[in-house]
Amino acid sequence: MDINRREFLKITGASTIVGLLGGWKAVELLAPGELEAKYLPKTEALTAKRWAMVVDNKKMDEKTAKKCIEICHRIHNVPDIGDPKREIKWIWLEPFENAFPGQRQEHTAERLNGKPLIVLCNHCDNPPCVRVCPTKATWKREDGIVMMDQHRCIGCRFCMAACPFGSRSFNWGDPRPFIKKKNPEYPTREKGVVEKCDFCAERLAKGLIPACVEVSNGALVFGDLADPKSDVRKTLRTHYSIRRKPHLGTNPQVYYIV
Amino acid sequence: MFEKALIGDRRYWGLIIALLAIIGVGFIIYLWQLKVGLKITGMSRDVSWGFYIAQFTYLVGIAASAVMVVLPYYLHDYKAFGRITILGEFLAVSAVTMCALFIFVDLGKPVRVFNVLLHPTLNSVMFWDMIVLNVYLLLNVVIGWTVLEAERNAAPPPKWVKPLIYLSIPWAPTIHIVTAFLYSGLPGRGFWLTAIMAPRFLSSAFASGPALLILLALIIRKFTKFDPGREQIQTLAKIVTYCIIINVLFFLFEVFTVFYSQIPEHMHHFEYLFFGIEGHGKLVPLMWVSFIGMVVASIILVIPRIRRDETTLAIGCALVIITTWLDKGLGLITGGFIPNPFDRITEYWPTAPEALITLGVWAMGFFILSILYKIAISIKEEVID
Repeated sequence: MDINRREFLKITGASTIVGLLGGWKAVELLAPGELEAKYLPKTEALTAKRWAMVVDNKKMDEKTAKKCIEICHRIHNVPDIGDPKREIKWIWLEPFENAFPGQRQEHTAERLNGKPLIVLCNHCDNPPCVRVCPTKATWKREDGIVMMDQHRCIGCRFCMAACPFGSRSFNWGDPRPFIKKKNPEYPTREKGVVEKCDFCAERLAKGLIPACVEVSNGALVFGDLADPKSDVRKTLRTHYSIRRKPHLGTNPQVYYIV
Repeated sequence: MFEKALIGDRRYWGLIIALLAIIGVGFIIYLWQLKVGLKITGMSRDVSWGFYIAQFTYLVGIAASAVMVVLPYYLHDYKAFGRITILGEFLAVSAVTMCALFIFVDLGKPVRVFNVLLHPTLNSVMFWDMIVLNVYLLLNVVIGWTVLEAERNAAPPPKWVKPLIYLSIPWAPTIHIVTAFLYSGLPGRGFWLTAIMAPRFLSSAFASGPALLILLALIIRKFTKFDPGREQIQTLAKIVTYCIIINVLFFLFEVFTVFYSQIPEHMHHFEYLFFGIEGHGKLVPLMWVSFIGMVVASIILVIPRIRRDETTLAIGCALVIITTWLDKGLGLITGGFIPNPFDRITEYWPTAPEALITLGVWAMGFFILSILYKIAISIKEEVID
């Protein structure tokens, strides 16, 4: 293509203006101010060195447990698929002997025998799911929460094989038709990705405790394990607690008072 | 050299068209899976890996076994195997390709597969498995092609290929060891959590791969002018024999540890597979066929008279291939997930679409194998003439 001097000047002139505008935009973007504030944790956010939960089963009745499950699944757009082979669940009930298979014995205390316990992701301090993920789609935050990036997950399900607690669910099909009422505040998922409880990271960022804890009438205690004055530490100091499969070395951060 | 794949008799084209038809069916069903998700398979929340990953695991073994012809030739100067190294290398190429395809069809989000490269994760065994498998594929393509080209030109292979060949020798067991590590490092799965997993993978690989190679060699001799050679087949037969015996032994070592220690997390999986738990026992007959078949194969192959007769040898090899496939391509993955972490039983059986996609991938592998073998054998025939 041939261009004469006049055209050349026109093009370079126009490019310079566009470039200047773009450059100015970049300066605006990089300058501290509005944007940075948008992505820094809000001052009202709840923060901790190590989030943990205590399930006080002496205070937990089935009705309360159902309330915890209902609110979690509702606000997180967890679909109700109905088929146990394909279901998605973040928090649910398991009989004592299934939640603690190693603890099965013939003469378990009557109040425990067949008694449903609430189970969820243990947010392990040494999480095998994080260790195996080939894309860092699941990772441990500095505050201990084991997070999931459903936009990065390739759906290889290595994390499901690695989790010794069956805490992870996979979207075998499109979950959206099975969500009764969508919560616009929280994303829905696509088929082909893994999901699980995230200790309500989105609520913590707004200064709210996890939804299940909020409706549990004190049966679920949530707090900073690194803070000796926190509720979880107080509860663990005064009660004997157990954890699921501690011998596997994953260091689960959900404690049970049974 | 590729032009050799484009000239063939009716039988060759018949095979190619038949394989393409199966690939086509598998591909169409895969498109359906892509649309609606993995719910068309028999996998579930509890058995979250199934047929696809099991085939992948089995085929890594087939791929690794190429070393059993390459090593004696290059490290021990066992000249007889010079005739058939190309068959081992091209078998590896087709097997690794199937492995990659099986991983791919198993992904929930296949469009994001390159996230594995975009976010390399050194602590994930799957990342390393991807690396070692791809390098192994490349090594075998380059080595196989170059050496074959040299043979065609009646010239010694170029010098630069030698280091690659030496590299490919330790690389072969590595792919299967890393694949075993996918399973044997998971804390909550008692069935896989054993150091014997990698040795068992290797022994079954070095039995099943050479067994398949023997059958392929017999087929090649029957239908082409190229004879892979009686001595070659007999040496391979000895490798198959000792590896299947070692494989049975390794299995029994694991059975001893599991049942003498009586640790439930390790025992339950074996109980499910071999006896069934609470009336759930879909795999019980197949697991017994697998175990007894391996024992029978060990016995018949160790008898020289039976091994030397190529008809009975072929039967023994077929038995080895089928029984190791039942063990690894069916029991190993399913058995690791049953019972689930809640000590409950959810059974698994592949669905028809899942089986057809699987068949499509196998057909793809045999399609590649047919083309590569056609090229290799045409050149061998050319050299004979």
